[in-house]
Amino acid sequence: MRHTLSIIVADEPGELSRIVGLFSARGFNIETISVGESLDPRWSRVTIVTRGDERTIQQIVKQCERLARVREVQDVTTRPHIEREMALITVSAKAGDERQEVLSLVNVFRAKVVDISHTQLIVEASGNKEKVDTFIELLRPIGVTDITRTGHIAINRLAARADANAA
Amino acid sequence: MIAQQEINNRVATPPAPDEMPTGAEMLIQALVHEGVDTIFGYPGGAVLHIYDELWRARDRITHYLVRHEQGAVHMAEGYARATGRVGVVLVTSGPGATNAVTGIANAYMDSTPIVVITGQVPKHLIGTDAFQEVDTVGITRPCVKHNYLVREARDLPAIVREAFHLARSGRPGPVVIDIPKDVSAARSNYSRLDHVSFPFSTQLAHVDHDSAREAVRQIVNAKRPVLYVGGGIVNSGAVDSLLSFAELLHLPVTPTLMGLGGFPSSHPLCLGMLGMHGTYAANMAVSESDLLVALGVRFDDRVTGKLATFAPHARVIHVDIDPANIGKNVTPTLALTGDVGQVLNQFLSILEQQSEERLGLWWDQIRRWQLSQPLRFSGSQSQIKPQTVIRELHRLTNGQALVTTDVGQHQMWVAQFYPFIRPRQLITSGGLGTMGFGLPAALGAQLALPNQLVVAVVGDGGFQMTNQELATAVQYDLPVKVLIMNNGYLGMVRQWQEMFYDRTYSEVDISVAPDFVKLAEAYGAAGFRVKRPAELREVMEAWLRYEGVAVMDVVVAKEENVFPMVPAGADAREMITQA
Repeated sequence: MRHTLSIIVADEPGELSRIVGLFSARGFNIETISVGESLDPRWSRVTIVTRGDERTIQQIVKQCERLARVREVQDVTTRPHIEREMALITVSAKAGDERQEVLSLVNVFRAKVVDISHTQLIVEASGNKEKVDTFIELLRPIGVTDITRTGHIAINRLAARADANAA
Repeated sequence: MIAQQEINNRVATPPAPDEMPTGAEMLIQALVHEGVDTIFGYPGGAVLHIYDELWRARDRITHYLVRHEQGAVHMAEGYARATGRVGVVLVTSGPGATNAVTGIANAYMDSTPIVVITGQVPKHLIGTDAFQEVDTVGITRPCVKHNYLVREARDLPAIVREAFHLARSGRPGPVVIDIPKDVSAARSNYSRLDHVSFPFSTQLAHVDHDSAREAVRQIVNAKRPVLYVGGGIVNSGAVDSLLSFAELLHLPVTPTLMGLGGFPSSHPLCLGMLGMHGTYAANMAVSESDLLVALGVRFDDRVTGKLATFAPHARVIHVDIDPANIGKNVTPTLALTGDVGQVLNQFLSILEQQSEERLGLWWDQIRRWQLSQPLRFSGSQSQIKPQTVIRELHRLTNGQALVTTDVGQHQMWVAQFYPFIRPRQLITSGGLGTMGFGLPAALGAQLALPNQLVVAVVGDGGFQMTNQELATAVQYDLPVKVLIMNNGYLGMVRQWQEMFYDRTYSEVDISVAPDFVKLAEAYGAAGFRVKRPAELREVMEAWLRYEGVAVMDVVVAKEENVFPMVPAGADAREMITQA
């Protein structure tokens, strides 16, 4: 099963490679990884999408927690959460029908055109994995020439009930 | 204005730059602060500033100059495992660091607290493929609890303090501090150690009372319980608690290789070692048990064999200080994360007094296994049997020697035929299986315990990997006794080739070897040799009586095998008990 792990680690040189090294040394798989500042700039949030059975995921979490500079490891997938990924997609589309087709797909997927030339467009899309995948698949027949994706970031949903909020 | 003036007056005048301490001075200060009085090391270009400072501090810290950096780390491990204190190593950059890696990995696998300080090329040369440059932090990352590349001299006191804390806390292990040459030279403001606090504190899990009560309930109700105890017992100092607990409930105990001495081998409740070359009774008891209580262990493959058939009828209670050990290989029915000594004390506080007449049927069965397949070997009039050598060593040392070993057949015979009765009495390379560990580890242990008889039992293969440390032994007058179990083969590999590869002895003949007696003498140690069974006792007595470093070359039966044996990855009940 696919799990999204959110790892809070000190923003120090080499800490990311400690996490990545742990995954490769113990035979765990990284599907996507993204890193950025967290609320407190002294700490980075690493979001890793990985696959494994329950026991493997538990091992990954525990092994990450053993690292001296890791403060917290959360399996975001165990609770309601929001996942987002961004993609920049270069599409070959000359002025005319092809370009109109791209623009209408951009509209449907609430994407954005961020660059354009006589023959190509660069489109920015974001959403969960399935949405971005579908968008790219629909663009492919028109002529996708390059893709760059950020990998997932994720955050748990706010508690819906008022009493939970109060607590 | 007046208030501001007062504040200014209170701020101490910073020392002039040339009065500030150097990184090297701060390092030595910090080590002294940690109570370090012993360092094993080998100098080189990148650590010259540190060695210069170390010379000035020689009345407070004694440096032991080794002959190879691997030896330095094994000595620090021997020192740490004999005492429980943190062992300290100092080596240079590049090859100094890479030579130390085997020892660091060994300490990582066997949970040994050491701090290894490595020199690094100056910061401005890092990444340029400079002379003796290697990415030490990168190379050691997978086999340390933590490592540091020190960028500012002023960070050194905090780093050293945290490094020692990490090395000894929780599940102990190695920590590496990599110090660029310009950092050890740089002068900086000295931050007072008392004011250093860890940015990241490690909190130890505490087992709640309900879980402990449930564990005790299951143990008391089990019909065929077994205590499977490992190195965690020794690291935790839980020996007395374990003894009380086992005696109170009359529980059978089987230690792992790392757990030997954590429960007295001579005790009637002790079934002997578990696993590949463990006793028949221990392996059968685990296979037939209905409750396996795993204390400070990690379910190593040399213990479990085939996981699917390991303790197939048993519920498993797993107590370990390292949460990642729990559920890694075997999913327990009850997991208790915490210090095994504290958990055992919790158990003891819950327990009512029990009668000793418990578990009669279970013990009857165990005694039958013990009688049917005791540890045994066939004697010989013409050849010295290695098992006899260990028995004789046990007899002549009254079972009191501290024994270190290399890895292989001799190691297993030591584990089988020298009953260890106290913790830290056996120092062996368990997890990594490092040949060449025995001699340097013995030196570290001897240094820590000057009045203790220390014996390194090694193979003729392993000995040749680190025998240069005889020079260290002689230089510092560390009167270790080295026993070479000499069969002219890489014995354990030969045994596997005999049993599983049709006797194809591929590259295991090492009979072209130095004359070990002359080698010992060349180093300034004493050399003894024995070839005939009738002479064994006499020569061994003379060797043990010798007051300095003494090497005894025991020429043993060439093709003796270690039994019993559970073939790798097999069901423990398929154990081969005799040739």
